[in-house]
Amino acid sequence: MSRKIRILIAKPGLDGHDRGAKVIARGFRDAGFEVIYTGLHQTPEQIVSAAIQEDVDAIGLSILSGAHDYIFPEVIELLKKKGAEDIVVFGGGIIPEEDIPALTQCGVKAIFTPGTPIEEAVKWVKENIKPRR
Amino acid sequence: MFKEDQLKKIGEGKRKWTEDLSKILSETPERLPRFTTISDLEIKGLYTPEDIEGLDYSRDIGFPGIYPFTRGIQPSMYRGRLWTMRMFSGLGGPEETNKRFHYLLAHGETGLSIAFHYPTLMGYDSDSPMSRGEVGKCGVAIDTLKDMEILFEGIPLDKVTTSMTINPPASILLAMYIVVAEKQGVSKKDIGGTIQNDMLKEFIAQKTFMLPPKPSLRIIVDTIEYCTKEVPRWNTISISGYHIREAGATAVQELAFTLADGIAYVEAAMERGLNVDDFAPRLSFFFDSHIDFFEEIAKFRAARRMWAKIMRERFMAKNPRSWMLRFHTQTAGCSLTAQQPYNNVVRTAYEALAAVLGGTQSLHTNSLDETYAIPTEEAVTIALRTQQILAEETGVVNTIDPLAGSYFVEALTNKIEEQAWEYIRKIDEMGGMVAAIERGFPQAEIAESAYRYQKQIDSGEKVLVGVNKYVTDHPPITIWRMKPEIEERQLRRLRQVKESRNNQKVKEMLQKIREASQNGENLMPHIINAVREYATIQEICDVWREVFGRYTDPGYF
Repeated sequence: MSRKIRILIAKPGLDGHDRGAKVIARGFRDAGFEVIYTGLHQTPEQIVSAAIQEDVDAIGLSILSGAHDYIFPEVIELLKKKGAEDIVVFGGGIIPEEDIPALTQCGVKAIFTPGTPIEEAVKWVKENIKPRR
Repeated sequence: MFKEDQLKKIGEGKRKWTEDLSKILSETPERLPRFTTISDLEIKGLYTPEDIEGLDYSRDIGFPGIYPFTRGIQPSMYRGRLWTMRMFSGLGGPEETNKRFHYLLAHGETGLSIAFHYPTLMGYDSDSPMSRGEVGKCGVAIDTLKDMEILFEGIPLDKVTTSMTINPPASILLAMYIVVAEKQGVSKKDIGGTIQNDMLKEFIAQKTFMLPPKPSLRIIVDTIEYCTKEVPRWNTISISGYHIREAGATAVQELAFTLADGIAYVEAAMERGLNVDDFAPRLSFFFDSHIDFFEEIAKFRAARRMWAKIMRERFMAKNPRSWMLRFHTQTAGCSLTAQQPYNNVVRTAYEALAAVLGGTQSLHTNSLDETYAIPTEEAVTIALRTQQILAEETGVVNTIDPLAGSYFVEALTNKIEEQAWEYIRKIDEMGGMVAAIERGFPQAEIAESAYRYQKQIDSGEKVLVGVNKYVTDHPPITIWRMKPEIEERQLRRLRQVKESRNNQKVKEMLQKIREASQNGENLMPHIINAVREYATIQEICDVWREVFGRYTDPGYF
């Protein structure tokens, strides 16, 4: 039997809106995933090194400050540099619809916008993320 | 409030009504098994004098402007003066925000309120690596006094009051405001406004923190001490429930944690040796007005009554102004939906009505597009007009505290008060709010409430129109976008300021701040001297980070 799915929920940037990150972290834990939450104000470098150190299968980034257009590509770039591009990156927060295509093109697997039920995110994880070993 | 024979008769009537009702319900039951507020307080189908039988009009409700202020803090309330219409604004750089200020004032706004971008809120300059991707996006970029001078161009600071939502660097922004006024020829004795300066709720909810709780409190008390003597019209703290509520707290938690924060500030200032009646009249409050109409009105009324008791009975304040809970209100950002955004206009209007019926002193109404970005000019105009319609068309301002005496509203006010006291007792037992925060108590309570609410939305137990019911597609709306050249201009200006100022002098002033940080001398005069020489916000904050250390998020979930 394979191990549980391990997910890093990360709060990059300077914004302190962690309600969504905490709710989804608990929702994922209740769904049976192993969840690590970084806490606030993490740089892309800190997030990527935590993801590698914790050997996670995916990173869920929560951003509500409008800095998504910088943060997401930066995290993906750093994962590539460290040879960890098999870690899936997804995210949520205040992200305008029109910004989503550019983010998916740079490698973000899914973006969950406000109003997404926990169940929907859980279902997506089960269907799209497999334990890497 | 009622005579015994009256209550007896009412009791008989109620028994009869209950019997009749149960017959009807056996055939056609009520729509829901439980009727609850958004905070999950259970609400009965009918309230009668029996629900407020212990209420004493003179003791518990009283008269506006008189202890315990349940009906409002001013004797004439809105018949004398309307609340201040204060729209929280900040976008891009100081140029864009100055333009927005002028626009709002020209459209009938009566007070200013600054939203800073994240780097300023967190004590970083626009050129810091920590600021990448954030410059000018969630508010206005302010790095030095130069930016503040541009921000207030053409705005006489003796004619307008300004609220600044700023916390770890609050003392620095206040210092800049004082110097801008000074350059306009306005004495610091004559300026009026508010700095949020409420660090405890940052640890609990808003999370723009920088230093650990103890040095954070020390800097706050420095500002209280300085303003009490030097800036007498300034509100030194805006003790805020807003962010606690937005993080997911219930109405009772919002109220209780806010008042417990207030208690901690009063204690800290008194420990410094300040006389309570010298500083307490300049403490102000800030609450959320959420969508559950009566719960919010009851919360505002309970807040006034509780603070009056706290100040008079617990802290022995003698000045009636020390007993008054003056508050600003913002409608609930977290009640708005990205889906069908025009519905947000309606939500905001109901929330604004609750704030006014609750007796607020100033009000910000959210714009319909704020779940996406900083509001556009069109959206913010509708939000401001919402307040003007409320003030000048609906007639709700004609009489004071019109819901007083409602069996339901009085009973709910009592219930919220009782439950909030329970929390305050618990926090007192833990050793006060700083100790409670260190144990993660309010943080855990809020996270629990937020999770429960999300489950209720997901299950459909609570309804969010357009999200879990009446879902339809909606066309996208036009949202505000920051132009990239704004960031370039900001970085260029910061570079120029650093090149053209007297760097030797800046260094000396920063050294003075370092010494005062270490030896406990009041920091404010040194901060004012430093910003006058165009020291940047980050330069000052870096000194503090070195002297006091940083606070990092424990990351509870």
